Amino acid sequence: MSWEVVIGLETHAQLRTQAKIFSGSSIAFGAEPNAQANAVDIALPGVLPVLNREAVVCAIKLGLAVGAQIAPRSIFARKNYFYPDLPKGYQISQFEIPVVMGGGLAIKVGAGNTAADKYVRLTRAHLEEDAGKSLHEDFHGRTGIDLNRAGTPLLEIVTEPDMCSSTEAVAYARTLHALVQWIGICDGNMQEGSFRCDANVSVRRPGEPLGTRREIKNLNSFRFMQQAIDFEVQWQINEIEEGRAIRQATVLFDPETGETRSMRSKEDAHDYRYFPDPDLLPLEITPDWIAQIQSELPELPQAMKQRFETELGLSPYDAATLTASREMAAYFEAVLDVAGKENAKPAANWVMGELAARLNKEDKEVPAAPVSAIQLAGIIRRVADNTISNKIARDVFEALWNGEAADADAVIEARGWKQITDTGAIDALVDEVLAANQKSVDEYRAGKEKAFNALVGQAMKATRGKANPQQVTELLKKKLGG
Amino acid sequence: MPLTPEDVTRIALLSRIELSAEEREKTRDQLNGILGFIEQLQAVDTTGIEPMAHAVDVVQRLRPDVVTETDRRADFQALAPETEAGLYLVPRVVE
Amino acid sequence: MSDLINSSLRELSAALAAKKISAVELATLFLDRVETLNPTLNAFITTDREKTLAQARAADETRKLGAGSLCVPGTPLRGQATASLPLCGIPLAHKDIFCTQGWRTSCGSKMLENFVAPYDANVVEKLAAAGMVSLGKLNMDEFAMGSSNEASFFGPVKNPWDTDRVPGGSSGGSAAAVAARLTPAATGTDTGGSIRQPAAMCGLTGIKPTYGVVSRYGMIAFASSLDQGGPLAKSAEDCALLLGAMAGFDARDSTSLERPAEDYSRDLSRPLDGLKIGLPKEFFGPGMDDDVRVAVEAALTEYRKLGATTVDVCLPNSGLSVPAYYVIAPAEASSNLSRFDGVRYGYRAPDYDTLEEMYSRSRAQGFGSEVKRRILMGTYVLSHGYYDAYYLQAQKIRRLIAADFSAAFEQCDVIMGPTTPSVAFPIGSKSTDPVQMYLSDIYTVSANLAGLPGISVPCGFGAGQPDKPMPVGLQIIGKWFDEARMLNVAHQYQQVTDWHTRMPEVTK
Repeated sequence: MSWEVVIGLETHAQLRTQAKIFSGSSIAFGAEPNAQANAVDIALPGVLPVLNREAVVCAIKLGLAVGAQIAPRSIFARKNYFYPDLPKGYQISQFEIPVVMGGGLAIKVGAGNTAADKYVRLTRAHLEEDAGKSLHEDFHGRTGIDLNRAGTPLLEIVTEPDMCSSTEAVAYARTLHALVQWIGICDGNMQEGSFRCDANVSVRRPGEPLGTRREIKNLNSFRFMQQAIDFEVQWQINEIEEGRAIRQATVLFDPETGETRSMRSKEDAHDYRYFPDPDLLPLEITPDWIAQIQSELPELPQAMKQRFETELGLSPYDAATLTASREMAAYFEAVLDVAGKENAKPAANWVMGELAARLNKEDKEVPAAPVSAIQLAGIIRRVADNTISNKIARDVFEALWNGEAADADAVIEARGWKQITDTGAIDALVDEVLAANQKSVDEYRAGKEKAFNALVGQAMKATRGKANPQQVTELLKKKLGG
Repeated sequence: MPLTPEDVTRIALLSRIELSAEEREKTRDQLNGILGFIEQLQAVDTTGIEPMAHAVDVVQRLRPDVVTETDRRADFQALAPETEAGLYLVPRVVE
Repeated sequence: MSDLINSSLRELSAALAAKKISAVELATLFLDRVETLNPTLNAFITTDREKTLAQARAADETRKLGAGSLCVPGTPLRGQATASLPLCGIPLAHKDIFCTQGWRTSCGSKMLENFVAPYDANVVEKLAAAGMVSLGKLNMDEFAMGSSNEASFFGPVKNPWDTDRVPGGSSGGSAAAVAARLTPAATGTDTGGSIRQPAAMCGLTGIKPTYGVVSRYGMIAFASSLDQGGPLAKSAEDCALLLGAMAGFDARDSTSLERPAEDYSRDLSRPLDGLKIGLPKEFFGPGMDDDVRVAVEAALTEYRKLGATTVDVCLPNSGLSVPAYYVIAPAEASSNLSRFDGVRYGYRAPDYDTLEEMYSRSRAQGFGSEVKRRILMGTYVLSHGYYDAYYLQAQKIRRLIAADFSAAFEQCDVIMGPTTPSVAFPIGSKSTDPVQMYLSDIYTVSANLAGLPGISVPCGFGAGQPDKPMPVGLQIIGKWFDEARMLNVAHQYQQVTDWHTRMPEVTK
């Protein structure tokens, strides 16, 4: 009998602000312990929170990007619990009325042209403060508390339980990860914890009501997410099949064992006693403010992908690949600015092919590519106007990558790679090739298609690749009596 | 509805306040006295009344996104019961 | 010298300006009085002669160099009505709820017995910038939770009018210190009456401004949506000067209101012809003692003589204010006091094994019984299954109470009534029954719930021991932001009466 998997994700995206959400402390990563934990962050008696405007701007941007409602008036609440990394004994969060409600993300599940479309609905996104960090290394058997992270602005983005496999969950998380970076609200650095996911996982028999869920905390890589969910699903199925009921729990994923395990902290005190924070007033967001942020928002990946398909005639796969990151898309558009829209397809091939491969090989990001968009456009134009062949073009790219010249024309000039387009010269050359390869000519005439390719190859070799292959092919066919 | 001994145990745990058995009983009596007094709120019909969380009807002011604080760790940790290597120390936390 | 202890702030300011006395001499005068009388009254928790005298010397320097030259690093003068510093060199003392850099700030609690604040509260900063000299830190009910000052870790404060009686609370140390002339003025805070009630019980004038007028930054929170700082002094005129120096926008408090600076003295001499005084029948019901009633009625007669008329108004839900308050205030307090966990500052129990033991023992030993009671109560009313019935219901009733005032103020300019139902009661007489204690706030809490300004003005004496009559307070509640008008109404009364100039025997 089959099982259905039900997954909802809660993502904590650390917002790209300068200062903390309720204080003027820096949120820069990597400071000395507690050096960025100031009066408000360590909750000295008498201190008070004041909301950082930029954190709200980030929330509005996300709301707009996912087509959600932005609450005209949202409320900050206190979530009360004791933990040493929570200095006030409560976390300021949003409970009943969050800043962002609804919306959703269109995702692609699977790879290539066979990828399936899916829409994951969002429940809400709300602003809150991060907690500090507990360090369990040995301080004579004690735990050390670093509050630098306490008060870092977070946007918690919560989905409906719309995903039914680890693959879907990862596809959603990747799409969201790209989006938050695209709109500039989060640096997406998962190693530093800027983008962390919790997965609520349950299983059920088809047609049955939702099963009891367990929450996997703090998944900080896509690979771990996949592994953790897969393990958890199998574990839950085994439990049920062996007659044990699933109990609601919070679990941690151990990357070393690949297993999830229940947190040992007591489940007793899960009565958070949420109530509106009397130190913070209702957050008002006016339509004017939303309109202003809307006008500053970059074109979103979904819209850009659509445009690439309709305006440039790119395949859905190409359009999706090129809009996977804002840097990649910006690079591609910069290439088109110079190379012209008529070269969209070759430009796409170059960006997704040679460029992506080289970047990947050298572990570089798009902005660090040694070949600029303008340089690449120069190569593409020289291919388009038949100055060079595609094969030579790759050599030109290589030369530019290695910084050998300022642009494609300079490389072509210096290396003498200009394609031979003089018909007379090619004509003579083809005659020479035919004369020198009588065997191939005979074979071709006898019906062996392969022999023709050998002749083309010989001709190209004779020009050291500088002849236009198309021209050579046509001439050969003509001379061999077509 | 008066508090049971279990209620008192539960809220003492939530509040992280240790109570001896004797204190627990005394506390229960006193809290029940106060609850009896505030019970009169239940009789009021508040249908359609918006709860009032703040004394003034204004909206949240927003601070500019600027770092204004400098490192005062030494001053602050001088107040702490136990620190080491810039960290606040507590009994081992088990996750 | 002895007349200086009874001088108004304006008189002290003039004496300082005329160089009849220096700030150092003035501070010394009061510090000596504290040394003599505090063992009896227990009004001060902390004094530091050296720090005080250093501030006084700086004030003398400022006066010598000319007003405006006093420079406290990083604290530009904000909201100052004039460029001059009329309060420069005048001593005052702070309720120990205000954080004062370099001074112990205990909040009346064992939890903060050794807490030396690393920063100044906004109020402290402002008064220092005005040149005022701090004499020290004043006793109070622990975390401002109490109405008698018996709930202090540092012991009860005695009422200077009768040391067997309470001074009121929670700003009991503030009231006792001013009444005994240990300081010309004091700061206080008022969450449910904690300025007005002790002012009434000690024969002083004390004002709680509209919520949001005085910054709460650095004022250790009890119930954040109700807490408001204000002055206690000998007269409305003094309060007006002090409030001017304390009030004003503070960007570090989200609930601080962005309003232009005000001169609260501007209307003091305005005649009261045509003033309409609202008298809520709920404030004159059976809960009030006869001696209080007589004094308040006499004050109203005085007001009529000054040209005011009285009108009956109705505050139908005011009977619910104390129960609503004792849901909302503990709820907020239970959360506000969670930060006292023995991790970063404050008391940590000596014996524990686990983290949970460290928390629950530190808090059990560091907090007194009233504070623990309120934390537990607040935790309960916020907990799952009880939130709607208690907390949310109380917040809805809070709205009804505020709406009652709005309606009443359509008919009148100010509302008057008694500040407290009885004069100061004997120490120990109510400390065993929390509800009886809570009922002493019956006339004051509704102004906090509604966010309205209220002032208490001495209006006569009631019963006490035959040889020790106890002061009675008249409460004036004003419209939102009508502090200047309320102070005018109080001041005009003080021009034709002398209750506010009476002094307890200990001062003589």
